[in-house]
Amino acid sequence: MDGRRLFLAEGMAMYKLLLSWRYLRTRYIALASIMSVTLGVATLIVVNSVMSGFTHEMHKRMHGILSDIVIECYEPSGMPEPAWHMQEIQRVLGDDVVAMTPVVHVPAMVNIRLSNGRSMTKWINFLGIDPATYGEVCDFSPYLIHPQNQNNLSFALREDGYDEERVNFPTSGWQHRRWRVGLERSLSQRPSNDNAQIDSAIIQPAAEPLETFELPDDIPELPSKLDSGVTQTSLDKTSPDNSLQETDSVYSQTTHSDVFDPMDEQHTGVILGMAICTSRHKTADGEVRDHFFCQPGDDVQIQFPNAGQEVKAIFESFTVVDLYESKMSEYDSTFAFVPLSKLQEMRNMFHPETGSRTVSSLQLRLNPTADLETVRDRLRAHFPVETFGYSIQSWRDMQGPLLAAVQMETTILNILLFLIIAVAGFGILATFFMIVVEKTRDIGVLKSLGAPSRGVMSIFLSYGFSLGIVGSGVGMVLGLIFVKYLNEIAGFVEILTGQEVFDPTIYYFETIPTITNPLTVVWVTIGAVSIAVLASILPAIRAARLHPVEALRYE
Amino acid sequence: MSSALPTSIKPESRRIHSVDDRTLPSGKTGQHHVSPADQSPALLECRQLMKSYVKGSVTIPVLRGIDFSLTAGEFVSIIGQSGSGKSTLLHLLATLDAPDAGEITFEGNRIDNLPSSSRDILRNRYFGMIFQFYHLLPELTVLENVLTPIMISRGAVSYLLNRRKHQNHAKDLLELVGLSHRLTHKPRELSGGEMQRAAIARSLIAEPQLLLADEPTGNLDRSNGLDIMKILRTLNAQHNLTIVMVTHDNSIAQEADRTVRLVEGLVEKV
Repeated sequence: MDGRRLFLAEGMAMYKLLLSWRYLRTRYIALASIMSVTLGVATLIVVNSVMSGFTHEMHKRMHGILSDIVIECYEPSGMPEPAWHMQEIQRVLGDDVVAMTPVVHVPAMVNIRLSNGRSMTKWINFLGIDPATYGEVCDFSPYLIHPQNQNNLSFALREDGYDEERVNFPTSGWQHRRWRVGLERSLSQRPSNDNAQIDSAIIQPAAEPLETFELPDDIPELPSKLDSGVTQTSLDKTSPDNSLQETDSVYSQTTHSDVFDPMDEQHTGVILGMAICTSRHKTADGEVRDHFFCQPGDDVQIQFPNAGQEVKAIFESFTVVDLYESKMSEYDSTFAFVPLSKLQEMRNMFHPETGSRTVSSLQLRLNPTADLETVRDRLRAHFPVETFGYSIQSWRDMQGPLLAAVQMETTILNILLFLIIAVAGFGILATFFMIVVEKTRDIGVLKSLGAPSRGVMSIFLSYGFSLGIVGSGVGMVLGLIFVKYLNEIAGFVEILTGQEVFDPTIYYFETIPTITNPLTVVWVTIGAVSIAVLASILPAIRAARLHPVEALRYE
Repeated sequence: MSSALPTSIKPESRRIHSVDDRTLPSGKTGQHHVSPADQSPALLECRQLMKSYVKGSVTIPVLRGIDFSLTAGEFVSIIGQSGSGKSTLLHLLATLDAPDAGEITFEGNRIDNLPSSSRDILRNRYFGMIFQFYHLLPELTVLENVLTPIMISRGAVSYLLNRRKHQNHAKDLLELVGLSHRLTHKPRELSGGEMQRAAIARSLIAEPQLLLADEPTGNLDRSNGLDIMKILRTLNAQHNLTIVMVTHDNSIAQEADRTVRLVEGLVEKV
């Protein structure tokens, strides 16, 4: 053993270890004081894990949906010559850009017919996307409901097979469309005799079943999977299904030509955000259910401005061909996607001079190694805002306030929780002073036996250190176990209190996401041990300074 | 309580007072086997020791110029009434406290003005102390209490490497004081007499040259007190241990070779 190691070993005299170990095992009051450190550490680990779980999910989704950089043109007629712009971008950025897509982006209103004859209007972000390239710049396809669309996006209505694993998902696609059109046609052949009764049935559907109303015999057979939502209500004998005629007539007036046969034709396809056409709620037995106002196969009407200098509203019918569920409620409740070329035609987005199509923004995906801010600044330099008037933003810029708020929240929570541990430190300080007072005579004895003041001090420091290790170690284990079984614990608390801990209807997560960062755990543990040691310094100094004679006489 | 005291000391028990090469902080080698009759230099000597305590604005003189010396192998009792300053004198001799004036020499070296680290070593290796209230550490077993001075002077590694040797030594000492059946007991499980025996064993573990006893029988009944005195006498007679004992009890003080009476902070001239 070399001299240095020998010195270290000699420095750690046996009595300090033995006494601090015995104190640890016999002073339960100190263990009680360390419980607050334990709880603080456990809470910090849980909070940090949940916060980083949420943040990670949020970043992943936001980033996925937003693409890396968006070059937006606010001119009503849009950005001319997108191909030239894309060439320029490719030239400026070189390998830093891996994909680009042109997008037309316009605010719009969607009108969904409800089964009770009323309709529902919602504001939406209407996006014309290029099916071939849009999926390359952002995670779009994985959030579509139909498995085939996830691999090969198409705006043509599929026969069926929409998210078969989802519980309560209504029958969709052509299967649903044909059944619905058949139902509508059958009903439209009936004389609309009881409008008054039907109206009352809308208001009080369960109060008094309408006996006079009978379904026609030629209603097509209900697809087997159908179980809830619009279609189920419309099948109910007491429901006023002939109200569909009214909306149908409006619908026909605006969009239908005589030759359009909804039985085997569709309008331009639209992919609606999940929350636009659903309402999520909890049943009495606690199950989360989506109520579908419309589903793939149904038609909706969308109103949006044209691209001219004099803004006019355009009314168009679209057929819902798929649903989009990113589980970010902000996007799911506003995004609706249609093919780029169709939207350009509908809005008349052609450059007045060249006649080429225009777009409202270009979205870029960068090489993962490229620096987001640098690339953005290079683009800003190349397309100066004074000349082009474009807004060039990274996804972080666009979500800046939200990201900053979440970051701030995490920081504040960490500070608050660490303060809790610091408060616990004062508890340890008080307990330690008490123990030093209680041990005054023993300290005198140790000094009379030749223990140096430094040695007496280090008994209490190593006692504080070992308490810190025990407290934060137990806290760490508790915290990690808590994080691991967080969802089970949340479920148990729900059973116990009857209060919902984690509401999936708000967060769109099935479970609470958690990410445990080992570095955070290590820092929290080190911090807690340091606080315990810091709290034991003053009492240890007091112990070291005790006069041996006075200590021996202490009663 | 067992009062059986080994009449014959085992050869290894001689270690309690064996000659070793330890030196004082000043570097002087210890001297042993000096009979009180010899006119050899004093093992411990104090000259004109003064000590007073300040209570608020009042200064209370406790020791007012003590002259006292002790040769190796002597058993001296210091007797005096309560408040005569005998305990204060003992604390000064043990370097637990510093005198206001005067000096104390141990083996010819001045010890009252040593730095605290040297005084710690002195108390740990050269002096043994026993107290009226035993002062065993309640968290430790009897054996661990006896080993405490060794644990203080040795690093953990060095202690653990030689643990068996130290433990055997401690067990021998506990056998010497008749407590070998109580090794793993905690002090609270012992009687007063047993605790004092354990304290004596602890004071001997570092093989000291001087035992300082502060009212060792003060808290014991007569029978137990006599047992403790018997042990001290044996240690003095058979192991040549120099002992200074403070007591207020005349009959206990008679057990010593020599008695020094303190009256109002001064040594009474006989």
